Amino acid sequence: MKLIIAYIQPHKLNDVKQALYKAEVFKMSVTNSLGCGQQKGYHESYRGVPIEVNLLKKVRLEIAVNENFVERTVEAIIEGARTGQIGDGKIFILDLVECVRIRTGERGGASIG
Amino acid sequence: MDPNVKVVVDTMWVLVTAMLVFFMNLGFAAVESGFARAKNCVNIMSKNFIVFAVSSLGFLVLGWGLMFGDGAGWIGLQGLFFASGADNSPATGEAYKGVYSAISWAGVPLWAKFFFQLVFCGTAATIVSGAVCERIKYVSFIVFSFVMAMFIYPVVGHWIWGGGWLAKLGMFDFAGSTVVHSVGGWSALAGVLILGPRIGKYDNGNIKAIPGHNLSLATLGTFVLWFGWFGFNPGSTMAADPAAIGHVAVTTNTAAAAAIMTATMTSWLLMGKPDLGMTLNGCLAGLVAITAPCAFVGVGTSLLIGAISGVLVVVAVMMFDRLRLDDPVGALSVHLVNGVFGTLCVGLFAQDKITGTATGNGLFFGGGLKLLGAQLAAVLSVAMFVFAAAAVTWLVLRATIGIRVSREEELRGLDIGEHGNDAYAGFQVFATE
Repeated sequence: MKLIIAYIQPHKLNDVKQALYKAEVFKMSVTNSLGCGQQKGYHESYRGVPIEVNLLKKVRLEIAVNENFVERTVEAIIEGARTGQIGDGKIFILDLVECVRIRTGERGGASIG
Repeated sequence: MDPNVKVVVDTMWVLVTAMLVFFMNLGFAAVESGFARAKNCVNIMSKNFIVFAVSSLGFLVLGWGLMFGDGAGWIGLQGLFFASGADNSPATGEAYKGVYSAISWAGVPLWAKFFFQLVFCGTAATIVSGAVCERIKYVSFIVFSFVMAMFIYPVVGHWIWGGGWLAKLGMFDFAGSTVVHSVGGWSALAGVLILGPRIGKYDNGNIKAIPGHNLSLATLGTFVLWFGWFGFNPGSTMAADPAAIGHVAVTTNTAAAAAIMTATMTSWLLMGKPDLGMTLNGCLAGLVAITAPCAFVGVGTSLLIGAISGVLVVVAVMMFDRLRLDDPVGALSVHLVNGVFGTLCVGLFAQDKITGTATGNGLFFGGGLKLLGAQLAAVLSVAMFVFAAAAVTWLVLRATIGIRVSREEELRGLDIGEHGNDAYAGFQVFATE
């Protein structure tokens, strides 16, 4: 089992969701997040005083999958989120030790799908 | 009454109602920003704020003169600039000597007339803002508003309120279903067509809902507009005429109330649940529809007019979406559709001299087609002129400074792109669409 964590541009969420849906990945969690990478940030100002906004708005996806779903999940995220410009985001893939479905008490791969 | 006392009382009435109409700018700002997304809130507030400054200056410099100056049937020619023509207001009728004779029936000083007409001009200009929001360039909106306040609005105003050709034809628009609301509506329609829809609104042939970010703000704004309308309509008597202002206040409120009920019921039936946005737009639809006929129809009729307008607005919102005309706040359905409907209602339902004005009877009160014909002539001629003038202005702007923000800016939100500001600093806002 793997946990896939992806940081993407907020406005690409819809495209990513659709790509995942096509790849038959229907389960995910989405949270707002702030972050910075190569994109550096942008300028805001408040009553004439500049504000350096270093942390950009991003969206964080978490998707837990069985091994046979890892590649297609990653490909779908890339397909939906890629524009070719700095700021498209990153994907992290982690080993997932255990998973429990609360309702039934099922454990392991069966509880993910 | 002592004539001097009458001038004082009338001036008080005109200025107090003008201040109520001014307050409607807050209503529009709140309604529009509430119906749009959080990422564009600063931009919409900015547009609604600056548009009244633009109108104030534009109407002072040229608008008033074009609208009320004596001249041809199409346009005012005398006392054009800075409302500086000869004028001995508050003298009226035979005693009046000056170049603004079309409005010499109002027995108040020149600057009271000016201020009252100015806030109406501001209302027409601000209608456009909502329909084009979430994608228009700030600077292009400002330039368009100047054209609106200095040319488009005053020309139509001259035809109907400035003694122009429609007034001579016997067309009646008491408080501006055509002069204010249709003019704003046709300008907005041209803008919506030339700008195109917001990104993601009509993806792959589907209509996607883009929910507004703050329905509390939209509700607050609608209440403010409803309140302001008690200046808009009753104030258009431009005199504290006891019978007329009471009558107009009641027709105005009755139409709004009826429209709220029918819009709510229509959305309940068509969509399964009573949509708050439709209830709010229903209120505004009733108010727009009764604006032209409020002083010319009975209270019972105002109930009927309001009831029809509430259904119209819901159906129109759905129709404009089917036509792929992206109007984020429903300005076309409220101001254009019901502005036209209200103007025609005068021709259908008017009762001669019901508050003193000799309109003649409408079709359903035995007056035949004469009044309806004049109303129809106004609807068609205003549609052609305003749509053409606005379209040319939008196209010239598109070819020069551009009218639409970049794709990246639209996705991130106009607040950062146009203003470098954040409406809700310190809050986490989802900007995923």
